[in-house]
Amino acid sequence: MLDEKIATLLKDIKRLKDKLREKEKLLFVHLQEKNNNLTTCKYSKGLTKEEITRYSRQMLVKEIGLEGQLKLKNSKVLIVGAGGLGCPVSVYLASAGIGEITIVDYDDVELSNLHRQILHTEDDIDHPKVNSIYDKLHSINRNLKIIPIKQHMDSHTIKQLLDSNTFDVVVDGSDNVATRYLLNDACVLNNIPLVSGSALQLEGQLTVYNYNGGPCYRCLFPVPPPPETVTSCGDGGVLGPVPGLIGVLQAHQTILILTNSSDGVLSQRFLVFDGSSATFRNVKLRPRNINCAVCGDNPLITELIDYEQFCGAGAHDKVENINILSKTQHIEAEELPKKLGTSLILDVRPHLQFDLCHLPYTTNLPFAEIEKPDALDLVKRLVKNIDADNEVIVLCRRGNDSQRAVSLLKQKLSDLPVNFLNVKGGLHAYSKYVDSDFPDF
Amino acid sequence: MDIKVQFGGGAELLFDNKKHYDISLPSKEKPWIIGDLLFWLKEHLLKERPDLFLQDNSVRPGILVLINDTDWELMDTVNYEIQLNDCIMFISTLHGG
Ligand SMILES: [Zn+2]
Repeated sequence: MLDEKIATLLKDIKRLKDKLREKEKLLFVHLQEKNNNLTTCKYSKGLTKEEITRYSRQMLVKEIGLEGQLKLKNSKVLIVGAGGLGCPVSVYLASAGIGEITIVDYDDVELSNLHRQILHTEDDIDHPKVNSIYDKLHSINRNLKIIPIKQHMDSHTIKQLLDSNTFDVVVDGSDNVATRYLLNDACVLNNIPLVSGSALQLEGQLTVYNYNGGPCYRCLFPVPPPPETVTSCGDGGVLGPVPGLIGVLQAHQTILILTNSSDGVLSQRFLVFDGSSATFRNVKLRPRNINCAVCGDNPLITELIDYEQFCGAGAHDKVENINILSKTQHIEAEELPKKLGTSLILDVRPHLQFDLCHLPYTTNLPFAEIEKPDALDLVKRLVKNIDADNEVIVLCRRGNDSQRAVSLLKQKLSDLPVNFLNVKGGLHAYSKYVDSDFPDF
Repeated sequence: MDIKVQFGGGAELLFDNKKHYDISLPSKEKPWIIGDLLFWLKEHLLKERPDLFLQDNSVRPGILVLINDTDWELMDTVNYEIQLNDCIMFISTLHGG
């Protein structure tokens, strides 16, 4: 009864919100028409009466003033990523009166985004992130030009975008290495400063590339990191305020660049925030490398390349599924329930994930520790106690580490009379096909 | 010679998940340079696969080395002569957002 009431209300609210969105769209068309004929305030220069009031508090700062505000109004900024960084960046830039903001992201909103991606709400789940941001920014300032683009950024799409627009600043709020190199090279080739931020767990990093003769990303990191050393927010986790802080600082850097306040721009400087000790570090970096492959005096890279190939990793932060075992070494998630309590089941996720939620009758043995003698001894001891089927079932979050574990255990414990089996798709598959009460994360 | 060694951005995961170490380098004939320190760290503190920290006698791509908050590229990289109380930091770059 209660569930029914809640469902009906949620449905009503969604219907009303959709209707509201339609009206907003219509209003925007009329407002645009009106704004085309809008006259600036006859008592000032270049701004309307409303703009003077709206931005007065920041124009009273002497570094901004009327002149700075006009610069912001006439600026175009591209933000790549509508996530943990993109949300704070875009909300502060829109509020500050940047004339035109283009925001690009391919993803839809998920429940696990909401703790840090502060512009998205429950009602936005499964909708494109850029549409959600568009709505929120418009509710702050209906007069701004916000251009949402739901697209994957690659060499082709960014070239199109940069060929048809003149951006004053690009903000990197992406979540993967390939996109970071892509944006760097695109900015160098088009002579645009790049405000780069990143965050993971309790740490954040911030710098500005390709600004006033300063270094670019490749000057610092000519070679991409080995893919196995790169951790995503989905695996390593991230505390919301950390990307929040870095994103706000990215907006601040963008405003400094747009208003020519070059002393404050983090070019050839690197700001590191460590939330575990609440400390900032302001590091002095090398200058531009004259031998840099893209910004050097004789660049090797004169047009955009294939960045996924260059980095050996996809331009996203999702896990790519592996398949390294033979058909007979798998079981389906649907077969798990009858094995619980009868077979030996090893859950090879990290302790932290096991603590969040786990199946009953499973033993936690993190993959990272599995090669250590203690872990192998434990498996040997556990195997002694099993009687049925002589099988050991290995389980993890998505079914990748468990395959690696099966392969490793099989090799290290080849003398044991048991069969190691992987659960296809891991706990994701269990949640999806067996019991949706098991949390999906 | 007492110095501080720090890790950040995930590089600490290779060093027993500790971000700060106060270490005492044994005295030797030639001055200690960063290149020596890299191998000393590999021998004494590194807990994970060496190739996740070192490659070709230097740090692996994606790790920034800071000497007293200055990029080691401004300080002669592996050849920098370590001074008493120096703070040497290894920071891995982050990519998440
Ligand atoms: Zn460069």
